[in-house]
Amino acid sequence: MGRYITRRLIQAIPVLLGATLLIYAVVFALPGDPIEALAGDKRIDPHIVDVLRERYHLNDPFLVQYWHYLTGLFRGDFGVTFAGVPVGEVMAGKFQVTVNLAMTALVIEAVIGIGLGLYAALRHGRAQDTLILASTLVLISIPTLVTGFVLQLLLGVRLKQAGLDLFPVAGVTGDLRGYLLPGFVLAGTSIAYLARLTRASLAETLRADYVRTAIAKGLPRRRVVGRHALRNALIPLVTYLGADLGTLMGGAVITETIFNLPGMGQQLFTSVYLREQPVVVGTVTFLVLVYILANLVVDLLYAVLDPRIRYG
Amino acid sequence: MGDSPAPATGHARHARRPSRFRSSGSSRGSGRRGRAQEIRPASLWSDAWQDLRGRPLFVGAAFIIIVFLAMSAFPRLFTSVNPFDAATCQLSDARQGVSGLHWFGTDNLGCDVYARVVYGARNSVVIGVTTTVATALFGGLLGLVAGFTGGAVDTLFSRITEIFFAIPSVLGALLILSVFRTGNVWTVVLALAVLAWPMTFRIARAAVITAKSQDYVLAAVGLGASAPRIMFRHILPNAVAPVIVVATINLGTFVAAEAGLSFLGVGLNSPDISWGLMIADARRRFLEAPGPLLFPALFLSLTVLAFIMLGDAVRDALDPKLR
Repeated sequence: MGRYITRRLIQAIPVLLGATLLIYAVVFALPGDPIEALAGDKRIDPHIVDVLRERYHLNDPFLVQYWHYLTGLFRGDFGVTFAGVPVGEVMAGKFQVTVNLAMTALVIEAVIGIGLGLYAALRHGRAQDTLILASTLVLISIPTLVTGFVLQLLLGVRLKQAGLDLFPVAGVTGDLRGYLLPGFVLAGTSIAYLARLTRASLAETLRADYVRTAIAKGLPRRRVVGRHALRNALIPLVTYLGADLGTLMGGAVITETIFNLPGMGQQLFTSVYLREQPVVVGTVTFLVLVYILANLVVDLLYAVLDPRIRYG
Repeated sequence: MGDSPAPATGHARHARRPSRFRSSGSSRGSGRRGRAQEIRPASLWSDAWQDLRGRPLFVGAAFIIIVFLAMSAFPRLFTSVNPFDAATCQLSDARQGVSGLHWFGTDNLGCDVYARVVYGARNSVVIGVTTTVATALFGGLLGLVAGFTGGAVDTLFSRITEIFFAIPSVLGALLILSVFRTGNVWTVVLALAVLAWPMTFRIARAAVITAKSQDYVLAAVGLGASAPRIMFRHILPNAVAPVIVVATINLGTFVAAEAGLSFLGVGLNSPDISWGLMIADARRRFLEAPGPLLFPALFLSLTVLAFIMLGDAVRDALDPKLR
């Protein structure tokens, strides 16, 4: 187990290096000068420019700059913004918002997606099954951009006008209630995919020999489905959910924009405009790390769900 | 593919040119035409086509796609208003509701929403189709080479795709597009294709590896066929189906991605017309006048839906195991 984790982490290093190098190269190629962007409309003392350029290694060639960044990263230092704030500090606050949003989405996705899929699989081939299949197809097709605005209008505003203030429309509120609507919007497509996956996976396990045995033993249906079929059908679903965590966190920009949530996507967006290399690279590196770790956790969960899988 | 039906159909297909498989049975002896057609083994593609024609899902999707293709090729068939002509917008008409004159109402600047939505189809279709073709060709060919060659080449390319998979796609596209001062159709295509090819690569590679170990490939190797010949004549035709399925489904996601990027302000820019841009423009007055936002949103969703439905239907028809 320990050796497996070590091997996986070592395998992740080239991915992490490649991804940061790519992102760093793209940010390096961004038009405009960061010092000029910092100064805005004001004229800036050339001497100060020189000092700043020296301090942030802006005069060095690309690979040297990258090397400086990378060595800092291994010390846990994401660098500082041009305003002098550590990037780690800038990201921490934004990170909280994005994590809240992504986790809300993940929970909504798991509950509704698996629930719908389970129901469809148990009603295989009947009207309810067809209805669920058709609605998931529609749900997959509607972009976040559309569901976001439509639900904001219907559930956030019209419902409030009708006297039911259930879902805050924008911004961060004290409690998690403000994340419900954006979380649902973010989860939209994934709910549909997960429902379809659950349906297919469960339909397959329901045909397995051990399920037939369980029925023949006279076990109650609830136990057959819950204990014997569902647990085995869970494996592909866990893979999907784990991989989706990274997608949800990285794909939240549009949802964050619609619902005005100050998360990592929003941060990245402004940082690209301000050409703050450390923040941009730091944010993406962080998301790449989340992706890699989520996938590792999923692989380890396999062993828990399916005792046949063992890691040496 | 990969089970018993695949080699049979594959064999029948690569025995002759793929483009002639429909009439190949009848081309030799015209006198025995009727009988020849009866015995002729159905190829995977003609079989799939027979299957597709009877599916309501496919027919519906194809109908919507044809309408959108016509709209993007000849927008003037659908509306006489030219939205690029500023004279057609009257500020005094801003945010009017649905009427006989303005079918979908007017936007914040008093422009006709229907005309703009119709003209917006072109950019979506062009970006969707170009990106799909680019990723299918690039990712597909690389996947073919990597899967066929194996060894170091395969490992190298597979590692590279892992890097791309780890980068969140919306943020990656946002970054790439920020490099260009102004966005246009081609920068959007580039950004989407750069991030999307690894998926096609993986699927093509897996299909090629499956096809590589089939008996007919081993037979071709035994007969002394050259590597390019085996790759393009024997493996490619039998590994292309999964790539086509994924490409069709992805086309819809590319259309949605373009709208999202234009909405964020890094995709297309005014005076270009794009559904994403229209949504972004209508956003500020959305709560008082939802029309200018909802109509492009409806068209966007319909396009994506049509391509995903098409992909679904094509997959069901091409995958014999699902029948």
